[in-house]
Amino acid sequence: MTVNPMTAQEVTEKILNNDQLFILDVRNEDAFQDWKIEGKGITYLNIPYFDLLDGVEEILDQLPSDQDILVVCAKEGSSIMVADMLSEEGRDVSYLQGGMKAWSEYLQPVKVADLNDGGELYQFVRIGKGCLSYMVISNSEAAIIDATRMTDAYVAFAENKGAKVVHIFDTHLHADHISGGRKLAAQTGATYWLPPKDADEVTFDYAPLEDQEIVKVGDTKITIHALYSPGHTIGSTSFVIDEQYLLSGDILFIDSIGRPDLAGKAEDWVQDLRDTLYTRYKELSDELIVLPAHFMTIDELNDDGTVSERLDTLFKNNHGLNIENEEEFRKMVTENLPPQPNAYQEIREMNMGKINPSDEDQREMEIGPNRCAVR
Amino acid sequence: MNIKTDQTLDAKGLACPMPIVKAKKAIKELASGQVIKIEATDKGSTADMKAWAEKTGNQYLGTTEDHDVLSHYIRKSSDEDTQEKQHPNVVDNESIESLDENAVILDVRESAEYAFGHIPGAISIPLSDLDERMGEIDDTKNIYVVCRTGNRSDMASQKLAARGFDHVYNVVPGMSEWSGETKKSK
Repeated sequence: MTVNPMTAQEVTEKILNNDQLFILDVRNEDAFQDWKIEGKGITYLNIPYFDLLDGVEEILDQLPSDQDILVVCAKEGSSIMVADMLSEEGRDVSYLQGGMKAWSEYLQPVKVADLNDGGELYQFVRIGKGCLSYMVISNSEAAIIDATRMTDAYVAFAENKGAKVVHIFDTHLHADHISGGRKLAAQTGATYWLPPKDADEVTFDYAPLEDQEIVKVGDTKITIHALYSPGHTIGSTSFVIDEQYLLSGDILFIDSIGRPDLAGKAEDWVQDLRDTLYTRYKELSDELIVLPAHFMTIDELNDDGTVSERLDTLFKNNHGLNIENEEEFRKMVTENLPPQPNAYQEIREMNMGKINPSDEDQREMEIGPNRCAVR
Repeated sequence: MNIKTDQTLDAKGLACPMPIVKAKKAIKELASGQVIKIEATDKGSTADMKAWAEKTGNQYLGTTEDHDVLSHYIRKSSDEDTQEKQHPNVVDNESIESLDENAVILDVRESAEYAFGHIPGAISIPLSDLDERMGEIDDTKNIYVVCRTGNRSDMASQKLAARGFDHVYNVVPGMSEWSGETKKSK
């Protein structure tokens, strides 16, 4: 029997199609419990590879014969070993190429919309980690918002579209993933914009992004309108693109809201978060389409693979926008919070330019889900 | 931290699953109760070594890191839990939580076990070194002997009693159930 590699892109397509897939995850149990590949059609078996060193006979009858089987581990080595053993027992299986590391790094570009005058808006879905970044293309120019550290993917995508990257924005100082903003600015010569209130400790030059600033992409065709919206961080800024799309950063998600505690200031920022969500956002047009910087569960993906929803729908359905009592709201966003993202303090330092870990260390720092929300 | 071990395995530069595949082979060659040091550079190896050791009944002691090299310490499982204790003077863990200055805690576990967590002030003489290092112990004091589960300390207590130490107490169960303060060696 053969053993085939399956790429992160192929797994993503299966998830978006709601295909059936059986995952034999051979990482240790803690790693599996903490973070795994998720999808509506996926079923799992978690047996650590070190339990299978003497053979796989004992698990053969737990593997279905009528579904694709994918063996998954951290970096692929152990999954290849187990897949080979299963193959020798006559089973047809695949392994995840590059393991969970590749899964964490894969970006799936999905078109959100055509903008005015031939412009386009793309969402880059980092499906393994739940991070969302964006590219606006207009008249041969491109702007990128909340870029991940996998900068080559954006550069290649823009090139393919015949666009030059001219602006790079971060909605805030990220704590859950390493920003690709600075690297991307160096690669492309684009301007790197940051909210100055989040950037007082950064060690590099940037363009300060002030409230009500308007940045144009491609001959004034598309405007990116900055909207100061503190709460997840003190500098958090949202963007309104083309008066139709609200990039809400880590302030508002589809089924949850931002957590205020990752810079250690939960109590101080609760009121900012509430004002942003219950006053500033309330004043915006109901028809805006919200495009957040994260999703928490795979259920938040729309059928076309995008993560987006109308603002009025979120005001109706998102629990975090419907808590009348301020004390109850304060409790929800400051107590019983989910665990903090892996290495979030080092990630903040890296994003400020204070430390420069190797690529390998950066991968390790980003292991696991993003956990930027409360619900 | 200077830790004495019985065997060192070089798994540097190897990616998962090789550090564990090699450790599994190496540990087969060890005698029960011996300690192996496994050097690895794969960052994922720490969580895996710990989970694997626990599954296989071996004792994961701890990991140190020096310039990107991780050193994992594992003690091979032994049947000590089932042995019958013979030294007559036995005390429980609680009775050594507060001791006067006339008392000495003697930790007879392997130096690697001691290094990753011991009772503050306890002196370390592994059971296998006890015969030659007995002179270091003050025989006018009350000596409380600890190990992980009370068996090695039972053997050590018998040795001390046979050599004329009058006030020797075996602490049962010992470090496996110790809830008080512990210290790591620097």
